[in-house]
Amino acid sequence: MNNCSLSLAGADLVALGSGALWWPAERLLCVSDLHLGKSERIARRGGTILPPYETRDTLLRLTDDLDRMNPATVICLGDSFDDLDAARALAPEDQTTLTRMQAGRRWIWIEGNHDSGPVDLGGTHLADLTLGPLTFRHIAQTGARGEISGHYHPKASLTTRARRITRAAFLSDRDRIIMPAYGTYTGGLRSHDATLTALMRPDALAILTGPRAYAVPMPR
Amino acid sequence: MSAIPPIITGWFEKRGWEIHPHQRAMLERADNPATLLIAPTGGGKTMAGFLPTLVDLAETPRAGMHTLYVSPLKALAADIKRNLTGPVAEMGLDIRIEDRTGDTSATQKKRQRVDPPQILLTTPESLALLISYEDAPRIFAGLKRIVIDEIHALSESKRGDQLFLALSRLQTLCPDLRRVGLSATVDDPAAIATLLARHPAPCDILLADPGPAPNIQMLTTEERPPWAGGGAAHAIPAVLEQVKAHKTTLIFHNTRAQAEIFFHNLWLANDDSLPIGIHHGSLDKTQRQRVEAAMVRGELRAIVCTGSLDLGIDWGDVDLVIQIGAPKNVKRLVQRIGRANHRYNAPSKALLVPANRFEVVECVAALEAVREGDLDGEPRRPGPRDVLCQHILIAACAGPFDADALYDEVTTAGAYAALTRAEFDESLDFCATGGYALAAYDRWQRLKQRPDGLWQLRDPRATQRIRMNLGTIQDTDTLKVRLRRNRGGKPLGEIEEGFAASLTPGDTFLIGGQIVRYEGLREMTVEVTRRADKKPKIATFAGTKFATSTQLSDRILRMFQQDNWPELPPHTAEWLALQRDVSRLPERGRLLIESFPHDGREHTCVYGFAGRNAQQTLGLLLTKRMEEIGLHPLGFVATDYATLIWGLDRLNDPAPLFDLTALQDGLDSWLAGNAVMKRTFRASATIAGLIERNTPSARKSGRQATFSSDILYDTLQKYDPTHLMLKITREEAHTGLVDFGRIEEMVARIQGRIDHKRLSRVTPLAAPLLLEMGRVPVEGAAEERLLAEEAERLLETAGIADLTGTA
Repeated sequence: MNNCSLSLAGADLVALGSGALWWPAERLLCVSDLHLGKSERIARRGGTILPPYETRDTLLRLTDDLDRMNPATVICLGDSFDDLDAARALAPEDQTTLTRMQAGRRWIWIEGNHDSGPVDLGGTHLADLTLGPLTFRHIAQTGARGEISGHYHPKASLTTRARRITRAAFLSDRDRIIMPAYGTYTGGLRSHDATLTALMRPDALAILTGPRAYAVPMPR
Repeated sequence: MSAIPPIITGWFEKRGWEIHPHQRAMLERADNPATLLIAPTGGGKTMAGFLPTLVDLAETPRAGMHTLYVSPLKALAADIKRNLTGPVAEMGLDIRIEDRTGDTSATQKKRQRVDPPQILLTTPESLALLISYEDAPRIFAGLKRIVIDEIHALSESKRGDQLFLALSRLQTLCPDLRRVGLSATVDDPAAIATLLARHPAPCDILLADPGPAPNIQMLTTEERPPWAGGGAAHAIPAVLEQVKAHKTTLIFHNTRAQAEIFFHNLWLANDDSLPIGIHHGSLDKTQRQRVEAAMVRGELRAIVCTGSLDLGIDWGDVDLVIQIGAPKNVKRLVQRIGRANHRYNAPSKALLVPANRFEVVECVAALEAVREGDLDGEPRRPGPRDVLCQHILIAACAGPFDADALYDEVTTAGAYAALTRAEFDESLDFCATGGYALAAYDRWQRLKQRPDGLWQLRDPRATQRIRMNLGTIQDTDTLKVRLRRNRGGKPLGEIEEGFAASLTPGDTFLIGGQIVRYEGLREMTVEVTRRADKKPKIATFAGTKFATSTQLSDRILRMFQQDNWPELPPHTAEWLALQRDVSRLPERGRLLIESFPHDGREHTCVYGFAGRNAQQTLGLLLTKRMEEIGLHPLGFVATDYATLIWGLDRLNDPAPLFDLTALQDGLDSWLAGNAVMKRTFRASATIAGLIERNTPSARKSGRQATFSSDILYDTLQKYDPTHLMLKITREEAHTGLVDFGRIEEMVARIQGRIDHKRLSRVTPLAAPLLLEMGRVPVEGAAEERLLAEEAERLLETAGIADLTGTA
């Protein structure tokens, strides 16, 4: 009841408040832009030394979703790691968590712009994946149909009668869904950015994530 | 050093001036390790500070840096340069005087490092940058004196903490360095002396003749001041009359937004086209400099300004100071008044203009306090560790350092004298490894200890990023405003990012006294056109918000207890009487709470008179409890006198909210999750170097690169609750933003005597709070309810409610 139903190319989908997308007919769970290892990458590149807990936090939240939905297939829609070195530097306990999550289900890593190329962490690596009417890829392509993508980390703001509230958001129209970033250390791109308004149809919806998912006309 | 060289005495004589006694006294103390001079504005304070330097350089001319002058304002450094260069040239002394601030060109800065002037004028931030260079020992070689101007202003902020840490470094580089502090009249000179001196060395305090008492009054206007608001529009005609009657008038405001509105209204009423300018910190540099130059040339009859003109800049012939809005603090009022009549021994003339009726009361109380010489002071806190962390990074930029030596050095700064070695080591560990309970990225430490025991940066290229983020000034994120042109129009100033986000194309707002129309955002710059087709919105610049001192609050409460108020103008006396009539007036030994519906929401107003910070904490604690009780609080705003809370449901019984034990018990867990703590964390984490405001590649895309500091705060709370940054945040909050002590004091004072008034509408005393800026949102169940309502409404409006459902 905290989720929001969607339909894309004839497939019935559910946007979860957590920022994951659920496809009941396929028992498929899709998450995008986990950016695991982000703090490690920033430190490595001479930036500040951020609290190194975002990988653990992201995986904990993903574990919650897996426990709740028990998917047969999991798709990580690209930029799962902040870069390939970050994937290699994953702490042993985080690797164990990942392995445990992968057990007994199909696990697909879609390539992103941050983490192209294979890593040694189980699962299948694909540039993109077409399942029935839907295509899963990292970056949306103009003119595509039935496409589910990530990359842009969309967020949307609502001006309520008391205040303006901003949340990470799904963007959805009859051609595509753009997923919010699932990772703990991720910022967002506002839905009225020209890139997003050009990609989405005028009647697109934004689905705000949080304790509940709320659908509204996409703010632009 | 007793005989003054004739070229200097001759210069004074030629002007018919005498060397003031305190200027001579400073000269006699030229070899003291530290001297603090307390003198009124216009008392030749700056000359007193520089006289020993001029004498020394007149007797023994030599190259290299001799005296370093530090002031809190760039404009002040530029002003001193102007006012010192003239006399030095007239005396025929061969002394190079240069300033070095954020406004100095890169070429000039580079040259200054190679060939330092004898007198360098700078700010705490530019000094921090200078000591971060590897060649700092060479730049400062031979430095004999440091003069810290307006030290009273610095001593109350982290900028001061940073400056005094830099001073500890300089003293190591130049062991013979003499320290001089110049201060306006303050309540506690000894406390400032402790900060100035090299701990534990003593510091001489020199008190100059305070001069004649100021002539200060409240401006009486034909027009009544409004019930609420800070615009003081009612006083425009009276203020214009005063401007006409004087040569030059400074019109001070407490916030930039108020200055903008007032300036706008002043121009609308300026039928004689008097030359009047505006000056505040959000205006573009060239705009500000134009106003400053016009002022120096004596072309302006008045300047509408804020704290950016607060400090000792010499504007020449100012003969009247007008303070719009309540002064909040008697000490600062006295200092502002000193801006008028820069001639020694002439009384300053000042007028207070209350912007609303509450401020009438405050102004009368402040006038009383000035007459009684009752300056207000606050207890000092130990040096904050976020500034220490930045100082450690600065030390690392300058080269490998020894931890023992650095510890010994920083504890010579008065504010850090009590810093324990464990506290220091914790800060060092934070700078080196992040200091996390989870030992991560050992390979990527920021600082590494070498085999010889010295600490150094792992990656020398990090110096660039560290230097880009130096400083302790926490401006809220601002965006530049430009006129829209083909190739980048004229820059006008800056507005807050949050305000920019609330604009839609076509909206108009005030900046630099003109109405502009918002056209759009381009590469993080707000583009506007000059067009006034609508009533303007008000840009919510973050002007400094001052807290009313305890002393002043107590005076006001005492006034409230009078039967009538002959000292107040009739309109204000009537207003207080009306409040007494429809509700009641707050008393020192009781707590008044009013609740009433307004604008579709339930409001609760708590008159604690505990000061802005404590009232803010009270707001946080009360909303937490209201959330638990299910009253759906949405937010609150705090002033020095009261906290106004609004929410979806009505408060029936306030008593359970004020159980001190429950308040205290909840404090720690409560501290964890609220907006003020996150705001405090953001500021401290930025100073300590955990969050970088500037990165070499940042701001270009504005996309995905940054995420909210709230996420870092939440993550630390969840996985590393004893981390240094959270400790610093809590320390900050306790002394600064939380101020629980004053809540305890208030609860003890009222001893359960709570008067709850249920009213049908907003009361005279509560009305001003509805217009206060700085509202704090409460994130709770109400937010979810609002989202649900709004989402439903939007979907229905769009006719697409049936497109989605809930699963």
